[in-house]
Amino acid sequence: MHRAKPSGFRISKRVLPYLLSLPALLVCIGILIPFLTSVVYSFQRYRLSQPWARQFNWGDNYISFFTDPKFWNTLEISLLYAGITVGLELLLGLGIAMLLQKRSSLNNFISIMLLMPLMTAPALAALMWKLMTNPGFGVLSYLASLIGLQDFRWASSPSTALLTVVLVDIWVYTPFIMILLLAGLRSLPTQPFEAAALDGVPRSFVFFRITLPMLTPYILTATLFRLLDSIQQFDIIYAMTQGGPGDTLTVFQVEAYLNFFQSTNVGRSAALMIILWAITYFLSNIFIKNWLRLRERARGQA
Amino acid sequence: MEHTSLLERVLRGIALTLVVVFFMFPIVWIFMMSFQTNEMILRIPPQLVFEPTLANYTALITGKLQTAAGTLDIAFMRNLWNSIFLSVTSVAVALLLGVPAAYAFARHKFRGSEDIAFTLLSFRFAPALLVLLPLTLYFQKLGLANTYFGLIWVYQLICLPLILWIVRGYFEDIPADIEYAYRIAGHSWFATFRKIALPLAGPGIAAAGLLAFIFAWNNFVFALVLASADKQPVTVGALAFITSSGIQYGQISAAIVLSITPTLALALYAQRYLVEGLSLGAVKG
Repeated sequence: MHRAKPSGFRISKRVLPYLLSLPALLVCIGILIPFLTSVVYSFQRYRLSQPWARQFNWGDNYISFFTDPKFWNTLEISLLYAGITVGLELLLGLGIAMLLQKRSSLNNFISIMLLMPLMTAPALAALMWKLMTNPGFGVLSYLASLIGLQDFRWASSPSTALLTVVLVDIWVYTPFIMILLLAGLRSLPTQPFEAAALDGVPRSFVFFRITLPMLTPYILTATLFRLLDSIQQFDIIYAMTQGGPGDTLTVFQVEAYLNFFQSTNVGRSAALMIILWAITYFLSNIFIKNWLRLRERARGQA
Repeated sequence: MEHTSLLERVLRGIALTLVVVFFMFPIVWIFMMSFQTNEMILRIPPQLVFEPTLANYTALITGKLQTAAGTLDIAFMRNLWNSIFLSVTSVAVALLLGVPAAYAFARHKFRGSEDIAFTLLSFRFAPALLVLLPLTLYFQKLGLANTYFGLIWVYQLICLPLILWIVRGYFEDIPADIEYAYRIAGHSWFATFRKIALPLAGPGIAAAGLLAFIFAWNNFVFALVLASADKQPVTVGALAFITSSGIQYGQISAAIVLSITPTLALALYAQRYLVEGLSLGAVKG
């Protein structure tokens, strides 16, 4: 190994870290600019179709939300969607993780296989389910007719559209919660469980008083992570129904997208996004605290 | 939990089977559909046994679809190429920008370093359209609309936080004393970074790169908003497919199979690191 020659141009120790993180900083700024632009747009009356009428209307976009049933529909369906998907995925993910907890080659193989839906692009997953629920030839429509649900319309009927996209969301994201909780379960110390087994403690007691409390940081991190993504869901819903039928599934991002590109109402679209951002900002602050704690713990073990 | 009753084992077996069937069935079914002709697909009840055909794949790869009405052009290979190009380049750029920054954040705590790191992290959780919609207007003004350059820049939103936070963890795991010893031996800062830190964090950097690739590949909304047909990756292209007339279901299935195979293969290859990557470094698998 050769010694580094002192070069004519030396970077002082104080400047170096700034220099290294400069590109990342520039990306930050490059993204904060459109973010601030969004804030400005949200206080404007701004329609792409009427650029001459563009002017500041200050809080009008927000105030009109209070009396706008479409907005309340968006808020309700977004919260409903996030609540149902994350709740079901948490229960399912925890159940599957418990089934696979023991380290055996079969269990490891299954847990790797279950990652495949998670690695499928959500938009493509929605497309797959769209093919399977096609009223003409879809295998799931056929199976539904076998159990007596003739003419089950899946995503094309307002009464079952939510159910269908929730099903796709569960298919894609349950493995996410499962894999985090499985890692958590397998990292728990064994002594409490051995002691409980020796004392003949009933298993429901072990689950509620030992497993769950010890798993809580993992459950919290996984749940908040999913909640943050789920309340912003776009890919699955847009690829499946584009927010329809009607306005059954116009969650925040879909509604903002349609507002921007179809009704070209930039102001309303931006105001919607700012409200969604406020919700996610609140959630992500809680998330990051939990996430940091878990990260410290993982680094401590290393 | 060593002495499980027979009943419990049977119930566990049934539950696991149901889980595997639910999560595997769509992939298996679409895979089967991709080897069927339209007539086979439209048959009711659906057939489990059929004579496989490669016609769907040939149609996609040659870009020509023979129908009764004549020949149709399919641009799917173009979408596939866009996906590969966008994902590979975005990850390369993110590694180039992210790895030195991760090293700075791990080794040289400086004023504002945590702020930048957390701001980048918060991008991961901000609604994508919040940034994308104003960007479409900016991009039109700057001439970046529908360019690979613009898309790759926006893809940094997914790739950079992921790489920064995972690689940072790997750098923090390297004992600083090794680097000090090398520096005291008279080597420059850059030599230390290149000869000591980079090789030791190598596996982590590779894993972060693979994961960033998967997430870039699977992204949908960026290209939907910012790219038109000739720059679209498979996620957006496949959606346009289903609405275009004359395209048959077998080809859509084959397109889906071709689009998800790369990420599934990479995920299997990198599965050891998936847990860590998915939790942005908070949980180790």
